[in-house]
Amino acid sequence: MKLQRMNRRALALGALAVSGALALTACGSDDTGDKNSSGNSSGAASAPAGNIKCDDAKGQLQAAGSSAQKNAIDAWVKQYTAACNGVQINYNANGSGAGITNFLQGQTAFAGSDSALKPDEITESKKVCSGGQAIDLPMVGGPIAVGYNVPGVDTLILDAKTLSKIFNSEITNWNDKAIAALNPGVKLPDLKIQAFHRSDESGTTDNFTKYLKAAGDWQYEPGKSWKAKGGQSAQGSSGLAQQVKQTEGAISYFELSYVADGMKAVEIKTAAAEPVAATTENASKAIGAAKIVGTGNDLALQLDYNPSTPGAYPISLVTYEIVCDKGNKADTLPAVKSFLTYIASEDGQSILSDAGYAPLAGDIATKVRAAIANLS
Amino acid sequence: MSTTLTSKHRSTLRGGHLPKWSPLAIIAGSVAAGLGISAAAGLHSSIQWALIAAVVFVVATYGIAAKVEGRRQAKDRIATSLIWVAFLLAVIPLASLVWETVKRGVKVFDVYFLTHSMGVVADTEPGGGIYHAIIGTLEQVGLASLIAVPIGVLTAIYLVEYGKGKLAKAITFFVDVMTGIPSIVAGLFILSFWILILDMGYSGFAGSLALSILMMPVVVRSTEEMLKLVPNELREASLALGVPKWRTILKVVLPTSIGGITTGVMLAVARITGETAPMLLLVWGTNFINNNPFEGPQASLPLYIYQQYANSSGANAAYDRAWAAALALIAFVMILNLVARGIARWKAPSQH
Amino acid sequence: MDISTHTPTAPPPSPRPGQAENRTVRGATRPGDRIFLGLSRGSGIALLLIMASIAVFLTYRAFKVLPEDTGNFFTTFEWNTNVTPPDFGIAVLVFGTVVSSIIAMALAVPVAVGIALFLTHYAPRRLSGPIAYVIDLLAAVPSIVYGLWGALILVPNLDGLYGWLDDYLGWTGIFDWQGGAPRSLLTVGILLAIMILPIITNVSREVFRQVPRMHEEAALALGATRWEVVRMSVLPFGRSGVISASMLGLGRALGETIAVATVLSPTFEIKASLLDPGGGTFAQNIASKFGEATEQGRDALIASGLVLFVITLLVNGAARLIIARRAEYSGANA
Repeated sequence: MKLQRMNRRALALGALAVSGALALTACGSDDTGDKNSSGNSSGAASAPAGNIKCDDAKGQLQAAGSSAQKNAIDAWVKQYTAACNGVQINYNANGSGAGITNFLQGQTAFAGSDSALKPDEITESKKVCSGGQAIDLPMVGGPIAVGYNVPGVDTLILDAKTLSKIFNSEITNWNDKAIAALNPGVKLPDLKIQAFHRSDESGTTDNFTKYLKAAGDWQYEPGKSWKAKGGQSAQGSSGLAQQVKQTEGAISYFELSYVADGMKAVEIKTAAAEPVAATTENASKAIGAAKIVGTGNDLALQLDYNPSTPGAYPISLVTYEIVCDKGNKADTLPAVKSFLTYIASEDGQSILSDAGYAPLAGDIATKVRAAIANLS
Repeated sequence: MSTTLTSKHRSTLRGGHLPKWSPLAIIAGSVAAGLGISAAAGLHSSIQWALIAAVVFVVATYGIAAKVEGRRQAKDRIATSLIWVAFLLAVIPLASLVWETVKRGVKVFDVYFLTHSMGVVADTEPGGGIYHAIIGTLEQVGLASLIAVPIGVLTAIYLVEYGKGKLAKAITFFVDVMTGIPSIVAGLFILSFWILILDMGYSGFAGSLALSILMMPVVVRSTEEMLKLVPNELREASLALGVPKWRTILKVVLPTSIGGITTGVMLAVARITGETAPMLLLVWGTNFINNNPFEGPQASLPLYIYQQYANSSGANAAYDRAWAAALALIAFVMILNLVARGIARWKAPSQH
Repeated sequence: MDISTHTPTAPPPSPRPGQAENRTVRGATRPGDRIFLGLSRGSGIALLLIMASIAVFLTYRAFKVLPEDTGNFFTTFEWNTNVTPPDFGIAVLVFGTVVSSIIAMALAVPVAVGIALFLTHYAPRRLSGPIAYVIDLLAAVPSIVYGLWGALILVPNLDGLYGWLDDYLGWTGIFDWQGGAPRSLLTVGILLAIMILPIITNVSREVFRQVPRMHEEAALALGATRWEVVRMSVLPFGRSGVISASMLGLGRALGETIAVATVLSPTFEIKASLLDPGGGTFAQNIASKFGEATEQGRDALIASGLVLFVITLLVNGAARLIIARRAEYSGANA
């Protein structure tokens, strides 16, 4: 008898647990960002949200890809969801490679990527885009800042050659002659240089090493994975920023939006007379001069890493949104179109400079908007 | 044994004895000596003086004890202090872990934090919460238990009540081996099988499948132990009354050992709740609430902690959230543990 | 679980209580019995099938990419999987995994044995109960929490130790420190040691508690000091138990993912110095490369996971053999 009673009690306990769990699912809510809209540092809260057209967009929108544009997407999503609260946009910054893979498997509505699609990926995309193919839409441009943490040094000028040597462990101390020559009058400390690079593959590394190869003397093949030996590594731009912040003598490269308190960005000496600071305007000058190499609606860009235009910042990165030009899934199409229209619009792009990215300008912006209007 | 007799300076049988306070005095003396020598030699590393102090302590203890009590006692004293040192050495990091988690975790740990998801809060901003992650973890762990517990318990019943021969031997061996599967390998398996080959997409359920693989062997092992504790007389009495074997197992064996089995299950649940690696590969993560574990990305508490750490860019707001979530996770696991132990004590199978 | 105190009146449970009745039920063909037997046997078989399919699916995915590998899978110091043709190898991962686990074992086992002895033979009784309980709970702390603590508390506090090792032992080459952030294999080893300490302690404590009291009392009666009791009766009795506890800890250390990923600065090279950042482990590499991996890259990671799987199988198999031997020799099981 006792055993029976124990069983019943266990059953009751189980039932209680299940109903408790069910009740729990009803009592939480998503943070809409209202609580902290004042006084946050990203500055996104000040941007206008009035002109967002929701149309009949609703439901969940899954997207994945590049972590380089994560901060921009965060700012956009905040504005967009405030205007269209029927849509939830879930951007998983799991990396460009994973983003493209997920998109090609039909798991996401769009992908964010640091690099344009390869030809075989475009071919593969015809499976998920019934009647169409995937296209690259340049959306978020930005300078790749070289951040450093050297106490007492507030401005630092470096050129591609010196950067190559620093990241290849040939220059190992901050008071090296080569650095001093570029920075007359700056008191450089006797401190070991701790150069950090990405441990994961990344478009940021790709663009940074392309710059080093084009303008400096970098003896390795540029690419998404770091080829040089030596140095230290961390995961993601966020991980690099974290390490630079907490390590004295550290230097690393990441998107400008990751430059925060505790570090400064290097000014880069280019072919022009004056060194160039890593600012969004300076990057826009370089990105504006980029060539479109994609065909049709595909707007893949090619950047110039050794500009002689005064004030053009040479190390920049353009990240793309990847969608189907035709054959997007019917249930997500309105939301995708509405969200992309917003982020490509003047309003959307104007938030970018607050978040450390460079707004698209001129010809490229017009073409992107036209391409989005034609999505189906 | 003859060495004890060599302490001739006292005529009692017990030999010399150091007073109780002597270890403390020697510690104080050697710390002072360590600090003094370091200061004199101009060394500033704290490891340095601690090491000098340690060496002085060992030599002094051995010397003094050997003189007064004999060499064997001296060895005993050294061993005793070494074992104390081992204990203190381990206490420092473990205490620091708990202390830091609590200290840093309480900063943003409040009702708002527990009842809101991250929503549209960016990684570097303050605000947001872990509600979505709690829901995700509860559902994933619940589903994993639903899969793993029946299979685990039935397997244990087979091994204890029916099993013999090659099949039982093989199962026993592989259950043991399975206990050691790294969680990331379980994650890779579900990834290659469920997501890449069957093309089922990322979901909380995919995570549950990986967790259930990690949970099964633990359930089998603990259930087996508990079933073995059920006295054979109970089974024989029931069988002698003509009760079929399956009813004997269901009505006599299982109820007798239900307390122990529950304990084992809860300990297994506590173990899988903190698994991060498979979640990283399988549930995809989201900042929004998703109550449906079978479709769409879900968050999970350990994954949330990892993401807050990894995507923080070093921002304190993200670190605070990570610590608070860690505090919530530890609290959850500890409560499960305590409840499990409570049940074990309450329903120990012998007390009837 | 202290078995003997629970059932004072019952005869010692035979290793397989069900066997006695098996003969009597053998002939029974009641449908209920057949269904139940089928269910429970089916569960056991399902378990075997899961193990088999883990091996099969991992191997299947792995062999999709291995023929493409231009490097030697076992000797290449590269992990370049997203290019065609890929070029990758596990040499660095094997080195990092083995070295960090060895460091962890070397640090954790002596300390864990020390604590276990402390709790069973040295600590005041009033202290040992609660401490044992707390260490039990610490064994359940999720690895991600250790990872968070390691990255934010442990790493910033290791500079002193690294500087000291470099000053005095730098000449060995193994402890040479270039002054980078202390996110090296040694840090990984230390963190893993802290993580597996509670597990090894718990199992060792159980073993030491089972040392027959008679052995210890006999030694004490002969005038042995406490240390001599430990050395002559406790440690020999517990040796194989400690070894299998260590194997359990080793298994954990080999497969730990997130805690390693948070404290290591991974690079694909093998360095003589344990203090300089670099190296990598299987699990950490899977976690950190997974994001950017294309389908081919994933298969390469799965291939490395297969190797990890085999390594842990070997370690666990060895642990089982040791436990089996212990069962034969131990007095408690005679």
